Amino acid sequence: MTKNHQFDVVVVGAGGAGLMAGLYASKTAKTAVISKLYPTRSHTGAAQGGIGAALGNIEEDKPEWHTYDTVKGSDYLGDQDAIEFMCEEAINAVLELEHMGLPFDRTPDGKISQRPFGGHTNNVTGKPVRRAAHAADRTGHMILQTLYQQCLKNKVNFLDEFQVLDFIMVNGKTAGVVAVELSTGELHVIHAKAVIFATGGHGRIFEVTSNAYAYTGDGAAILLRHGIPLEDMEFFQFHPTGIYKLGILITEGVRGEGGVLINGKGERFMPKYAPSVKDLASRDVVSRAIYTEIKEGRGVNGKNFVYLDIRPETVNKFAAEDGRTNIDGSKYNLTAEQVLAKLPDIIDFCRVYLGVDPVTQMMPIQPTAHYTMGGIPTNKFGEVVIDDKNTPFPGLYAAGECACVSVHGGNRLGTNSLLDLVVFGKYAGLKAAEYANQAEFEKLPADSESATKAQLEALKNGSGRENVFKLSNELKKVMFADVGIYRNEKDMLSALEKVRELKARFKDVTVTDTGRIFNTELLNAWELGNMLDVAEVIAMSAANRKESRGGHSREDFPDRDDKNWLKHTLIWNKDGKLEIGYKPVTITKHQPKARVY
Amino acid sequence: MEITIKIFRYNPEKDKRGHYEVYHVEGDENDRVLDILEYIKGNHDGTLSFRRSCAHGVCGSDAIRINGRNMLACKTLVRDVGEKITVEPVLGLKIVKDLIVDMEPFFDNYKHVLPYFINNSPLPEDGRERLQSPEDRARFDETTKCILCACCTTSCPSYWANGNYYGPASIVTAHRFIFDSRDEAAAERLQILSETDGIARCHTAYNCTEACPREIKITKVIGEVKMAMVTGKLD
Repeated sequence: MTKNHQFDVVVVGAGGAGLMAGLYASKTAKTAVISKLYPTRSHTGAAQGGIGAALGNIEEDKPEWHTYDTVKGSDYLGDQDAIEFMCEEAINAVLELEHMGLPFDRTPDGKISQRPFGGHTNNVTGKPVRRAAHAADRTGHMILQTLYQQCLKNKVNFLDEFQVLDFIMVNGKTAGVVAVELSTGELHVIHAKAVIFATGGHGRIFEVTSNAYAYTGDGAAILLRHGIPLEDMEFFQFHPTGIYKLGILITEGVRGEGGVLINGKGERFMPKYAPSVKDLASRDVVSRAIYTEIKEGRGVNGKNFVYLDIRPETVNKFAAEDGRTNIDGSKYNLTAEQVLAKLPDIIDFCRVYLGVDPVTQMMPIQPTAHYTMGGIPTNKFGEVVIDDKNTPFPGLYAAGECACVSVHGGNRLGTNSLLDLVVFGKYAGLKAAEYANQAEFEKLPADSESATKAQLEALKNGSGRENVFKLSNELKKVMFADVGIYRNEKDMLSALEKVRELKARFKDVTVTDTGRIFNTELLNAWELGNMLDVAEVIAMSAANRKESRGGHSREDFPDRDDKNWLKHTLIWNKDGKLEIGYKPVTITKHQPKARVY
Repeated sequence: MEITIKIFRYNPEKDKRGHYEVYHVEGDENDRVLDILEYIKGNHDGTLSFRRSCAHGVCGSDAIRINGRNMLACKTLVRDVGEKITVEPVLGLKIVKDLIVDMEPFFDNYKHVLPYFINNSPLPEDGRERLQSPEDRARFDETTKCILCACCTTSCPSYWANGNYYGPASIVTAHRFIFDSRDEAAAERLQILSETDGIARCHTAYNCTEACPREIKITKVIGEVKMAMVTGKLD
């Protein structure tokens, strides 16, 4: 039995972007937020260090500087109109979160406290600026909790633990989604005028990742199947500091508080790669530096890791060498108590997973797959745009990590993901409600859920020669090894071939659980299908872009090539075959120039 | 090392009651219990069902009972619990399938305590943040850590005895707002917690504090709320 519902606006995903969209859309339109997880389980909650805004609470700062830093961080691939918009909106966005009760840390005079973060600078001096508004090292957790609480206060409708499986499109317009209720296995057709995808990223396609199990690219894969393009999928961020082997994130806030990276010879190596801001360079720069140190034999004990050191004596020694001072000009002096107060969760992770106490010991780290810069193309209002002329698709919206506005371009700056989801989640919600209030419902076809049923039946009735767990591990290995931090033609093409082989073998998967109630095996198999589709797009986009830019670093094309490649990649699924196209980058004030930190 | 793991199994579509199954798997002392569950699901029995997402102790999905104590599967390593492991669903909530319990009553209790910021006074005229001293902010820091995993509530004997009790997690949430100098609804929340199914049902068994994977001193927190109720003061 299929159940039917009708809402003006449906939001898919209940992380920061989805909750913000739900909160704003529900002010004027009948809205439901659907999520495969309980909202508070969403991956926004794992964000640690801060949310960027030029509040200027501790030192001079302005949105123009934040804009320039973001453009530079993006390696000039970000659309500058959207970046300007986000950085101007940032101040009010953070203040709005405070007004909603978010418990930011405070300065001595009671304002929201801010800390330095990679790539965020005073544009006059070039020195790091305190721009990341933070709540200890669990800023994302506090944003997620606060937004969920505000949604409860405002009586937003939730369909918790409903997995959206398909998008319903009628006459080139949005008509709703198909979802399965996990606790019963029942299919639901949710008729809607507008749909907002806020389904997060897909870092689970990589072997070492900071991302949650839920990060399987569902939204991107669903829309790809419907002929919606994906943008700049070759750009994936590897965060420099993941816990060795596990990939669990160690916030850049550690380096913001003065932590430094140390190689196997006991040397601080970042000054070689980024003489000006050193350990606080952009993430792509730091990840490549770590990789280079390891490749040249300076990993710890010949292994694939280096150390991150936040021990007060180390921090204070290098702070003195760097001339770092407190804001009143006094000597920077970090104490063990401050480390515990400012980075409690990091300390806890290291103790639990490594048996290491960061106050007295160094943390073994390696780069970890972290963030999807590319995604579903949108404009700055969250409207999904489907071609090189930025034509909006009626009633379809996307926000947060699954979307590509593009404000992050080739490389995202730390703290800009939380900002992205708050700002664009809000506008997607507002725009979707505005659209829904003047649009009519499209008439649903009688067989809205038939494609979904066929998809699920295929997973239940495969030959059983292949195993989901095994295919998934093969995918993760090849993507991390061959479409990772450094890339080249040969490896990427062999990865692409491997992904296609896995896609063929995926047809022989069978799900052994024949039940309806919480059939998580079926759900995991369906998610693997999404991961494979997204991985194919990534490998193909990456092999196609013959230059190095931001997070896309090619050994065979080591330089940025603005003449040929200052453009966004768009990739479409046309009857099962991927086709590549492009669209121009919007440049307003900042002409591309060499990117030096 | 060989790990022997005994897992509670219950399939509502087939089984009249739950039973245990034992699996032997190769593992490492640094493996998370969640890694072992994933491995078994992938290689031995795809029907094994449990919730999980972040896999590093911040999303709160995978609260289960490991060797008789509530823990997060992703934050418990083999070296913490030994190579003989028993895994069961948490107590006090209806078992839906294997390790999955019905979380709705837990979230319903959470919703009782007005789990959101309330301040109806005008915003600062300049539109900026409401000021709060670092000391006032520190007053409720402890309870902002809660991830709603339900380890505490489902370890509480009073909750087992009476599921209408709002439970420790709800009181932790109430505390987060009651002691926030910017919030204006402390009195209302204290009133709610003084109802029959409120804080009076806490008998300081201390299980909640021991169960909390975020190391929130829950019994102490509940004590502070009780004190506020008695004295009417929020120090």
